[in-house]
Amino acid sequence: MAITSPGVAHSAPNGRTSVDARRRRPDDTKLALLFILPAVIGLVVFYFWPLARGIWLSFTSWDLLSPSQLIGFANYQRMFADPVFWNAVQVTLWYVVLNIGIQTIVALVIAVLMQRLTQSTFVRSLILAPFLVSNVVAALVFFWILDFQLGIGNQMLEWIGLDRIGFFTSEEWAIPTIALVNVWRHMGYTALLIFAGLQAIPANLYEAARVDGASETRMFTGITLPLLRPILGLVLIISVIGSFQVFDTVSVTTGGGPVNASRVLQVYIYENAFAQFDFGYASALSVAMLAILVVVTFFQYRITRAGQTDLN
Amino acid sequence: MTQLQGAAPLGATVVAEHGPTDPRDQRPVRGRKKVGIGKVIAWIVMVIILVITIFPFYWMLRTALSSNGALYGNSTSLLPADFSWGGFERVFGLQTVDEAIAQGGSGAKLDFWRYLLNSVVVATCVTVFQVFFSAMAAYAFSRLRWRGRNAVFGLFLLSLMVPVIFTLLPNFLLVRQLGLIDTLLGIMLPSLFMAPFAIFFLRQFFLNVPHEVEEAALVDGASKVRVFFSLIVPMSAAPIATISILTYITSWNDYFWPLMVSYTDDSRVLTVALGAFRAQSPQGGPDWAGLMAATLIAALPMIVLFALFAKRIVNSIGFTGLK
Repeated sequence: MAITSPGVAHSAPNGRTSVDARRRRPDDTKLALLFILPAVIGLVVFYFWPLARGIWLSFTSWDLLSPSQLIGFANYQRMFADPVFWNAVQVTLWYVVLNIGIQTIVALVIAVLMQRLTQSTFVRSLILAPFLVSNVVAALVFFWILDFQLGIGNQMLEWIGLDRIGFFTSEEWAIPTIALVNVWRHMGYTALLIFAGLQAIPANLYEAARVDGASETRMFTGITLPLLRPILGLVLIISVIGSFQVFDTVSVTTGGGPVNASRVLQVYIYENAFAQFDFGYASALSVAMLAILVVVTFFQYRITRAGQTDLN
Repeated sequence: MTQLQGAAPLGATVVAEHGPTDPRDQRPVRGRKKVGIGKVIAWIVMVIILVITIFPFYWMLRTALSSNGALYGNSTSLLPADFSWGGFERVFGLQTVDEAIAQGGSGAKLDFWRYLLNSVVVATCVTVFQVFFSAMAAYAFSRLRWRGRNAVFGLFLLSLMVPVIFTLLPNFLLVRQLGLIDTLLGIMLPSLFMAPFAIFFLRQFFLNVPHEVEEAALVDGASKVRVFFSLIVPMSAAPIATISILTYITSWNDYFWPLMVSYTDDSRVLTVALGAFRAQSPQGGPDWAGLMAATLIAALPMIVLFALFAKRIVNSIGFTGLK
């Protein structure tokens, strides 16, 4: 979260505050408590308390009706032996790799194109439009466009001489299709983030490189990519965390199928909680999800060195 | 890259400075000396990307205005197949069950006015309360002096890292204990009090309001509460508007949480209704025209909002990278 914090500084040095303001300083505590009260309620009741409760629940067996029972690590033992869980982990990882891989490349292309071709707010707005509709809307539109019989997508495949594809109905295509739907929704947003990063690269670097006779490709690999790395790193961390939490698109299109082909972790958690009423096991699965996110974020941060920059 | 050393120390912080700036302020991109083949190819790629971006919206509209029967014979023309308002009529419950089934609907009762209203109520309340309470907290974290300020702010930053999924199940149980399952209040409750991001975002702007202005008001005898309402808030109207729009959109588009909480029409919001509509396919294939009409209705308010505030939203993107 480092990217915004240092951006703004106090405008007046503390030493020059007026006598009046200095006299008021100790009084602020009461007022401050009043001002942060609602936010603190929100933080404790809906962030920290659920965090603790979720971990606690993962050590219990509970169906909402009878009282919950503490069962130690039984949920975790079950999880490690559960083939559907491991399948869900694999499916989720496959989704994240496809989604993030394609999305980042496409977004990078869009961002560079925008920087070179046009600064127009209109174009940027068009690019961002899919991000403003919900996952559900995006999923349903593509559910129709890619319908096996009537979808225009499959008609187009036929026109260029390919076989129709059961995008949402075949085991091998379900996850790539869902990944692509979410690429469509997020590519413009990601592109604008990268675009903001591109704008920060000093133009004189390009001027200098051009004077030295560098080619466009050379400038891209020698200037753009290295200087973009910190921002690209942050963008990746944010989008990977979001990507791991995929649910909406799967839920309204395949529902996890065919068989388990698109049963991502979140869908499996939801089913355990709201179809099996097994809240203990669902909580253990959530803890696993949290652990995966923490580990992935940590390594990403280390690998991309997202906090550092080459610019100074 | 040794020749980079002379560059200004901009670094990763620059993203933050891309506030509502005018795009024309940005440094000009290379002069157009040669309109080479590269540029032509670049434009072609750009146009293809724009078409891919926009086409699904058009296809939604085209299908919504078609009639189901005709879609089977004519699934590719750019104009609606056998123009009909039937899809919209079914979605708003304006057709009788027999009519609906005859036109390829499921005949199940649908009342999108209801869902639309629910969505508006939820998104509006969440936006108003969340932004107001977040602004209050942001004020305390930026302009008031009190002990423990940085430590408490650190806790809020920490909550930015908690993945949403992890809080959903326990929050569902809490809402259930409060007896708020299947109510709009139950859907709103977890997001009414604050959003860590909103606090973070507004704090950056409040820090920027010059101290001299505040001190002048204090010397004139204004209280700090008054300074907040009549000075800080009006001077930060633009960022408050931006975060409000973003909050509204996020709330409107939420699906997972309302899906957990709502069970009947009483609390069903548009996203959940869409999922339910899709699940109740009639025999002989989905009611595509109706589904696309419903989808369009769910998307339309966001499209309108976007058309009105596109520039503000687009220019705020540098910040929202945190979201």
